[in-house]
Amino acid sequence: MSSLVEQPRGIELADRPADVAMNMGWTAQAHEWATTVDHKKIGIMYVVMSIVFLVIGGIEAILMRWQLFYPRSKVLDQDTFNQLFTMHGTTMVFFVGMPILIGIGNYFVPLMIGARDMAFPRLNAFGFWVTLFGGVMVYMSYITGGAPAVGWFAYAPLTSNTFSRGAATDFWALGLIVSGIGTIAGGVNFIATILGMRAPGMTLRKVPFFVWTMLWTSFQILLAIPPLTAALTMIIFDRQLGAHFFDVPNGGSAYLWQHLFWFFGHPEVYILILPVFGMVSEIIPVFSRKVLFGYEFMAAATMGIAFISLSVWAHHMFCVGMGRMPDLFFAVATFLVSIPTGIKFFNWLATMYGGRIWFASPMLFSFGFLSMFLIGGLTGIMLGAAPFDFQLSDSYFVVGHFHWVLIGGTLFGTFAGIHYWYPKVTGRMLSERLARWQFWLLYIGFILTFGPMHISGVLGMPRRIYTYDAGHGWEIWNQLSTLGALIQVPSYAILVYNLITSLWKGKPAGDDPWDAWTLEWMTTSPPPSYNFEEVPTVHSRRPLWDLKHPEDPDWQYE
Amino acid sequence: MSIFAPASPGAHSIVDLAILTFVVTGLIFVVVEGVLLYSVWRFRQPRVEQTGEPPQVYGSMPIEVAWTAAPTLIVFFLVLVTTRTLWDVEKTQPKSKPGDNTLFVNVIGHQWWWEYVYESYDGRILGFVTANELHMPVSDDDTMRPVYLTLKSADVCHSYWVPRLAGKVDLIPGRVNSLMLETKEPGLQLGQCAEFCGAQHANMLLRVNVDTPEEFERWLANESKAALEESAVADGRAKFLAQSCVNCHAVRGTPARGTYAPDLTHLMSRQTLASGIIENTPETLADWVRDPQPIKPGCLMPAFGLTERDQQLIVRYLLSLR
Amino acid sequence: MTQPASDLPVPPPIAPERMLKPAQWGMASFLLSEVAFFCTLIATYVAFMGKDTVGPTPAQALSLPLVIATTICLLSSSVVIHFAERSLHRGEQKRFLFLLAGTAALGIVFLLGTAIEWRTLIVDHHLTIGRNLFGSTYYTLVGFHGLHVTVGIVAMLIVLVLAIGRELTEKFRNGVELVAWYWHFVDAVWIVVFLVVYVASRSSGA
Repeated sequence: MSSLVEQPRGIELADRPADVAMNMGWTAQAHEWATTVDHKKIGIMYVVMSIVFLVIGGIEAILMRWQLFYPRSKVLDQDTFNQLFTMHGTTMVFFVGMPILIGIGNYFVPLMIGARDMAFPRLNAFGFWVTLFGGVMVYMSYITGGAPAVGWFAYAPLTSNTFSRGAATDFWALGLIVSGIGTIAGGVNFIATILGMRAPGMTLRKVPFFVWTMLWTSFQILLAIPPLTAALTMIIFDRQLGAHFFDVPNGGSAYLWQHLFWFFGHPEVYILILPVFGMVSEIIPVFSRKVLFGYEFMAAATMGIAFISLSVWAHHMFCVGMGRMPDLFFAVATFLVSIPTGIKFFNWLATMYGGRIWFASPMLFSFGFLSMFLIGGLTGIMLGAAPFDFQLSDSYFVVGHFHWVLIGGTLFGTFAGIHYWYPKVTGRMLSERLARWQFWLLYIGFILTFGPMHISGVLGMPRRIYTYDAGHGWEIWNQLSTLGALIQVPSYAILVYNLITSLWKGKPAGDDPWDAWTLEWMTTSPPPSYNFEEVPTVHSRRPLWDLKHPEDPDWQYE
Repeated sequence: MSIFAPASPGAHSIVDLAILTFVVTGLIFVVVEGVLLYSVWRFRQPRVEQTGEPPQVYGSMPIEVAWTAAPTLIVFFLVLVTTRTLWDVEKTQPKSKPGDNTLFVNVIGHQWWWEYVYESYDGRILGFVTANELHMPVSDDDTMRPVYLTLKSADVCHSYWVPRLAGKVDLIPGRVNSLMLETKEPGLQLGQCAEFCGAQHANMLLRVNVDTPEEFERWLANESKAALEESAVADGRAKFLAQSCVNCHAVRGTPARGTYAPDLTHLMSRQTLASGIIENTPETLADWVRDPQPIKPGCLMPAFGLTERDQQLIVRYLLSLR
Repeated sequence: MTQPASDLPVPPPIAPERMLKPAQWGMASFLLSEVAFFCTLIATYVAFMGKDTVGPTPAQALSLPLVIATTICLLSSSVVIHFAERSLHRGEQKRFLFLLAGTAALGIVFLLGTAIEWRTLIVDHHLTIGRNLFGSTYYTLVGFHGLHVTVGIVAMLIVLVLAIGRELTEKFRNGVELVAWYWHFVDAVWIVVFLVVYVASRSSGA
């Protein structure tokens, strides 16, 4: 675990954030965090915000699973249930998934490229606070008489004044417009940082893979979020100004909303997975002790996914009656996106193959990601076969599929990243024992929750129903799902406990506990506010490998 | 209601595609997950012995080409089978002709019930309206008797899903969609609305009664008639017509011509009430008329605060609408 | 490390990359997101062309003369800001201030023209955002464009205020360049809006 290279020294004790923090009163600390423009603090705030919303969204999920345990159950009424699934989806996508990835990206992109901060630190802070404010706005709806009950994709004309009385839908739309502005700010910042602030020698072909995926994620943010913002604005105009965008009796189009929403909605899920692809592309090599296999192909595949994913959106609309040719086009595009995704998968396997795999918690979660995302991707291919989707669409099969890729993919990968980088952020190691408990409870719980959904979907159970009749054979699968959800609960509790208690109980990590190869491991844990004593010059994709193996540096082979 | 118990050629076609897709993805899963598990087992290394780094392999062009080509071929194959099934399943709606043995029905989705307007059968114009329970004739080896549903919505998006008979097609306000059902299996097929449409989306069930040709003709004949006028319930009928029931409901042959709620002309020919969630019996009907909200909370029919006497009269009248 | 340094491989020299500065990347990315935003509004406008259930239609309500005048103002303001930048690079501070103010003035004229046009539409043609589809899409598209023009004018006024009586550093010049990029973008969007709204939808008989 000790590195063979002398680490940069000379950081005065008083500069170490932990020591400084100990000497500040709590009001001064709060002021520090509230006004910070330091990408590291902002990154931490994004992650903390996400975990808070993760718990809230999880409670919403548990309530729904409780209601669905028995047919014709009366635990929750229809309005409450419909509000819950709307808020659960909105929360998880907008206030958990995106912020946690943007947060991790915020912390580590500058470090990994040898920069001292993001390109626009104040815009960075603005982006965070606006994202948080948007989340608060959406939840304000609870105070105004109830949350929106339109589903997270809010199909028009359900969102019109006629069918959604009360202010809930307005809070929902406004909250998402506002947090969308924060997300776009983040995207702009990442692109400017990655394209304009790399260390000397770090060409775009030599950036760490996580940085590359954050670049393409940002590109997707810039292209996908504005159409959503525009469409949400149209909802507000319809509801508040009497406009007719989605007002069918006056010529408006419910169909248009679906196109606009899904044009955002599909790239959105790639926004939720590309950074994760980047994270595991950092972790798998380090814990297999082998360089990432086929970097150029991985990079090209990332670009391919980013582009193709902009053209598949109407596979969410196969049942809308677009006609055979559009259905076929979108089915073909959906199948095509599996090719670059497959390439990435095989490259990860090839990285592991012939390596020396060490199952510390980051690798354990990466294994969870690999083993599970494969399945989610394959059920996605099933859904891409348009006629098959005529049966599967809007059923629990889809619910199973997207939770599989979001939890099996995004969440497992994010937890891998959190376990990998927590030592760098805090200077302490997380408890491996707790991590293992968290992992296995999550792995088993999540399979038990979402596996059965594929079956109830195939047995004809539609999604978004607050109750169901007995006698269709759905009960057992719903009960297994609820049981699985209960098994997941302690897993999240363990994560939060681990994250908090390791702050003082964790083993001191040192600069480079994993013997890794990218620039963030060259500075202290946690890094000083200015990140690096001296901005390094890099010659390859693994600068620390070059330093640790000067007789066999990477740049000879790249 | 399993999609893997197809009762129609269309559903069968989809099952064939499903099985093929499942086999292909299943094989991919076995191979890739197998390599993953194998690598994880074979190359695991306890951290304690750090014996130096393994050989660093940066990539291999032939391997990359190979595992790009293989998925591409698989995708090509999937595109072919998908195209074939798509053309098999999505049919354009023909025009009604005498002797075509084809039923044409307009389906209008409402929050939270289904309106059926029977246009024509076998070229004969029908023109009556029912609700919530579709009747169609069964096909046999000699004669195909399909039903073409024209799908529209009166309010928000709905979706028509009877899994054993067909994939679902949405009902989008402002758009007209088409769905063909055809089966050789007589009996009742179940489904439900599959696009979230508001509070009672979960209780917008579908019932498709696949009748023998004789049964179907009998049903058609009965439905085509105006409502029965039995003198025994004349007072109930008068009460019914005097209430606001007629603002929403229609009973053919009476002044009641409301179009916002299910047609009640032959209410008692239906097996269920409230779009499939309760059985159609005198007791449940009485409960429903007294106050629908406990049964289907949020539905658009309120309780009218009828006196007990009026309530009984009206229910007796409704029970006569066979 | 036991080997003497001279035995170790030596990396090749680093070729300097000629790329944009971070702030330029930032503005370019932001403008890319704005492209996506306006494309959505324009696509919606086009989708609803000819679908009105009641009048007035674009052919009935829109009048060209005023819009052509304001368009000339706006597009020429792009030329003016270009010359303003040139003066800045040559160090001609007073000329720069004059030309930048001129750009802003042309933008303000554009906005005034839009205001007059909207007044005519509302009062004479009874076209409001809730009147019909044309009203909804027109005011949304032209309104958001006008909002972007307003933001551009405010940015220019801020630059003007910051520039008066101060030394014009390179940092300042870089900032002005970004404002100019934004302004050119706003003008480019207007070209598309003009062609779609005032040419295509007026003449399509819609």
